[in-house]
Amino acid sequence: MIAEASALLIGDPQADRMVPPTGFTARLTGFAAGAMAFLAVFALALSLATGRLAERWSDELGRASTIRISAPAEERAAQVEAVLRILEATPGVVSSRAIPMEEAAKLLEPWFGPDLPLDTLPVPQLVEVVEEKSGFDAQGLRLRLSAEVPGAVLDDHTRWRAPLVQAAGRLRFLGVLSILLIAATTAAMITLAAQAALAANAQVIAVLRLVGAQDSYIAKAFVRRFTLRALSGAAVGVLLGMLAVWMLPQAQEDGGFLTGLGLQGWHWLLPLFIPLLGAAVAFVATSAAARRTLRELT
Amino acid sequence: MSYGGGELFGDISLKVQPGSFHFLTGPSGSGKTTFLKLGYGALLPTSGQVRLFGQEVRSLDRDGVALARRRIGVVHQDVKFLDHLSVADNVALPLTVSGRDTADQLANLDELLAWVGLRDRADALPAELSGGERQRAALARAVIMQPEVVLADEPTGNIDWEMSQRLLTLLVELNRMGTTILVATHDLNLIRAAKSHVQARVLRISNRRLQLAGADL
Ligand SMILES: Nc1ncnc2c1ncn2[C@@H]1O[C@H](COP(=O)(O)OP(=O)(O)OP(=O)(O)O)[C@@H](O)[C@H]1O
Ligand SMILES: [Mg+2]
Repeated sequence: MIAEASALLIGDPQADRMVPPTGFTARLTGFAAGAMAFLAVFALALSLATGRLAERWSDELGRASTIRISAPAEERAAQVEAVLRILEATPGVVSSRAIPMEEAAKLLEPWFGPDLPLDTLPVPQLVEVVEEKSGFDAQGLRLRLSAEVPGAVLDDHTRWRAPLVQAAGRLRFLGVLSILLIAATTAAMITLAAQAALAANAQVIAVLRLVGAQDSYIAKAFVRRFTLRALSGAAVGVLLGMLAVWMLPQAQEDGGFLTGLGLQGWHWLLPLFIPLLGAAVAFVATSAAARRTLRELT
Repeated sequence: MSYGGGELFGDISLKVQPGSFHFLTGPSGSGKTTFLKLGYGALLPTSGQVRLFGQEVRSLDRDGVALARRRIGVVHQDVKFLDHLSVADNVALPLTVSGRDTADQLANLDELLAWVGLRDRADALPAELSGGERQRAALARAVIMQPEVVLADEPTGNIDWEMSQRLLTLLVELNRMGTTILVATHDLNLIRAAKSHVQARVLRISNRRLQLAGADL
């Protein structure tokens, strides 16, 4: 198959000349392949970006929630203990620990600088809660805390992202599905174009047969033409698509969804496979169309 | 043989010996073209047998027919060319499609075009040829593979007498070199002219039968 494909590209330009050039359908096929490749770049960028988002968000989800205890210094130790006791009895909690002040200082550093006078500031005591994948009943825990440890507040800020992670996963799936649909549509269009070209050249095919051409030879002329056309059309489409993606607003560090839609790092190489995929689709579609049409033309 | 209506031929049988020269004649619509088409596998008989080089045509697949055709040169009644290619490219077409368009094979092309008197027209398009030039180009295309058999269907159909003579001479030359020739024609003068150059059998289709024509021809 690979040897066949490369022989096809290096090719037998002689065989190509046997079929008269068809300017309009040629341009249409090239245009269709180009447009489809352009769309495929976006579908690819979408599924890669949503994949990245889903990964980052679920990472954050996997991380602990925290309980903040803002109580006068003398009650603090007792409250921490009470909280830890409650957590131990909460289903879905894997482990919990009080975060030492030095560590808390490190967490605050980005906001307040390294020389934070912790003893003079009313910095709350933090308790880290590592939960099971299924999570715990945040509502119930909150109620218990407010009843038993009034100064403790459950902060599960990452929890709201769970449906977003799911949405991102869906979007990634839709992106992949789009690429498959684009490939199938391309196959359908090229099949129609190839069939039209074969039908339009029935006279040429008749002459070639009269002089002893085998079907494989006749098919090759069409297959080669459509494969090259799809390849070059898709190459142009991909380059334009990549240019358009490149011109999207830069992703910010904290990246909202929309600004994170671009391609990153080695992912820029992936769209380059789209023209190859397009050529492969054209090769298979035209081969099948040629085999079918030549069997029918007698 | 039948195209769906009645049988075109009754009980007919012909074995063409290698190296022979046959004329096939008969009224218009009697089945000369049909007979030749059976002879190069363009039609399958609806009953009876056709053997090409000893092989029953029905046992050949499409590729098998294509390969057999490379051993048979055909000049059609309505000659068809690839109109976007030059005369030289059209004449070389059988070489091209069989992958034998090598340099030394193509060197013969020039000679062949000269033989049929078309060297000057090599770069012309088929549409620019006269009727006689088309027939000669068709003959050149039919023989470029050095086929064992040449089937010609009304090769002198729409050309003048002088040109017909020239074409006949070419066919006779081919036959002298050992090629088996079968010419379908309704032109009895052509057959008479040929008889002084070559030992030819004349067959006539009439009343759905294939008969050997009498000495009046
Ligand atoms: N494809 C076809 N379908 C149906 N009938 C056909 C077909 N081709 C030929 N015929 C019929 O078969 C008969 C023989 O036709 P054929 O072309 O073999 O005659 P011919 O002897 O070559 O005639 P001519 O001298 O006019 O060339 C004719 O009656 C013709 O109408
Ligand atoms: Mg005829």
